[in-house]
Amino acid sequence: MGDAILELRGVSKRFASHAAVSNVTLGVPRGSFFSLLGPSGCGKTTTLRMIAGFETPDQGEIHLNGSRIDALPPYRRNVNTVFQNYALFPHLTVRGNVEFGLRRKGFDGIETRVQSVLDQVRLAGKSSRMPAQLSGGERQRVALARSLVLHPDVLLLDEPLSALDPQLRKQVRAELKDLQRRVGITFLFVTHDQEEALSMSDLIAVMNAGSVEQTGTPEEVYRRPKTRFVASFLGAMNWINNCGLRPEALRVSRTPGVDSRPAVVTSSTFLGPIMHVEATLETGESCTAQVFTNGGSPFLPGDSVHLCWNLSDELRFDR
Amino acid sequence: MKRLRRLFIAPAATILAVTLAAPLAIVLIYSLMTRGAYGGVEHPFTLENFTRLYDPLYGAILWRSCWIAAVATALCLVIAFPLALFIARSGPKKNLYLSLVILPFWTSFLIRTYAWMFLLRDTGLINTVLQSLHLIHDPLPMLYNSGAVILGLVYGFLPFMVLPLYATLERLDPALAEASADLGARPWQTLWRVTIPLCSPGIRAGSILVFVPCLGTYITSDLLGGSKTILIGNLVQNQFTSARDWPFGAAASIALMAVAMALLLSARKRGEEML
Repeated sequence: MGDAILELRGVSKRFASHAAVSNVTLGVPRGSFFSLLGPSGCGKTTTLRMIAGFETPDQGEIHLNGSRIDALPPYRRNVNTVFQNYALFPHLTVRGNVEFGLRRKGFDGIETRVQSVLDQVRLAGKSSRMPAQLSGGERQRVALARSLVLHPDVLLLDEPLSALDPQLRKQVRAELKDLQRRVGITFLFVTHDQEEALSMSDLIAVMNAGSVEQTGTPEEVYRRPKTRFVASFLGAMNWINNCGLRPEALRVSRTPGVDSRPAVVTSSTFLGPIMHVEATLETGESCTAQVFTNGGSPFLPGDSVHLCWNLSDELRFDR
Repeated sequence: MKRLRRLFIAPAATILAVTLAAPLAIVLIYSLMTRGAYGGVEHPFTLENFTRLYDPLYGAILWRSCWIAAVATALCLVIAFPLALFIARSGPKKNLYLSLVILPFWTSFLIRTYAWMFLLRDTGLINTVLQSLHLIHDPLPMLYNSGAVILGLVYGFLPFMVLPLYATLERLDPALAEASADLGARPWQTLWRVTIPLCSPGIRAGSILVFVPCLGTYITSDLLGGSKTILIGNLVQNQFTSARDWPFGAAASIALMAVAMALLLSARKRGEEML
């Protein structure tokens, strides 16, 4: 991986009862939007906390911008964190929150830096509000501004969208990606939401049970998953004869074709442009196909159909 | 439903009416009457008891009461804050430490104050040990002065400071301290800029809980302060016992209450501005 601004080499962390992170190696390219994706308890947040300095790794090294940082306290690392619930200081105004880091680090020109970052996140008119007087989206932007104003080498984001309501979440995704491009700061984004990771990231590291299972572009991890876990965590997956098949790889027809398999429709769900057809094969395996609804008569439960797919779409795994 | 709610406060309201409002009214009336020859009160009504309080002698007593209470409160705060912080961050051992803090309440306050006399007096434990070690020749004068009173007050009221501080610190989101460090604050900057400001409701509550009883104390000042450290509590006590001047004692206790109320109100006003 070319120019990595942040590198983890064989990082492990044990808590009293279990290994939270085991032997994680990562390289985050400069200026990228990098996601750590995995279910809750997979170690992604612990990994983030070790980079921020809130936890110390038991083993391994963390390098930021060429120098080793894993033994430094948080206030000596040039990374900043957007916390899951934002952790805004409730006794300080928006301006007070944004100024906090600048004052601690003794920067010059605080006034203009605060003003420009508040403009960037569209909070210029609310600088004297208290956090309690802001909406969820505004609070999230204060948390971003407070960190970005310090120009960190890497901005760490711990599920920053999970506290927003679903309506807002999609809109903020686009804004966040846009903001990252504009400021050019490397973002390390922790999420359990595959859609978030796929839509925003340049690179995704998929984590499971404390280890990184695969690192790649969104397209790579979706189309060429290396493990069963990655395949089933990202998007829906059918398992036929021990091969993985995406729903969109299955074709459903009423007439048999070359290498097609007979099946019986058990249910169908209309979703506008597409339709999910659930069917049971003669082997008893059930699977879901995603088909376009282009005006033909819809598949109904009980219909006899034939499923076929391209062999190249079959995904095989050793583990 | 509303009637039921009123029923809930009925027991407390009744007790307060009988044990607080009524005696308070009696004290107020007594303070406006004339002293009886052998104690008690007589007609006519007068304001003389209050004008007598303007005497510099009583002003000095009131002033001494205020500064001793203030010093004791400040010392309690300085000692209790790190302790409360320690307990709040002790994980599962919290409850053990909390019960240790309130353990002294299992013994009477009077007995504990006598225990301090035993420790501090000229022939007490500390002086005896120091003398037998030849570290000192004459006993140190540790008892019967303002220092002893402040020591006794700090000892007696420390738990009242620890508990409210603990309550606010324990509820403090640990992510706030992390955020502070993340933004570049050193530990003492985090303490000063984040932890202490966010703990201010606890600091205020604890200070009131310590300052008000310290202001009116008389056991501690009587036993540990001797005749040199007369506080307003002792003044009131004397008027009702040996001096047999009930109206003046009542006036002094009204004055004490007025001072305490004035200080509390000013503290509360400042507190509301902060929120």
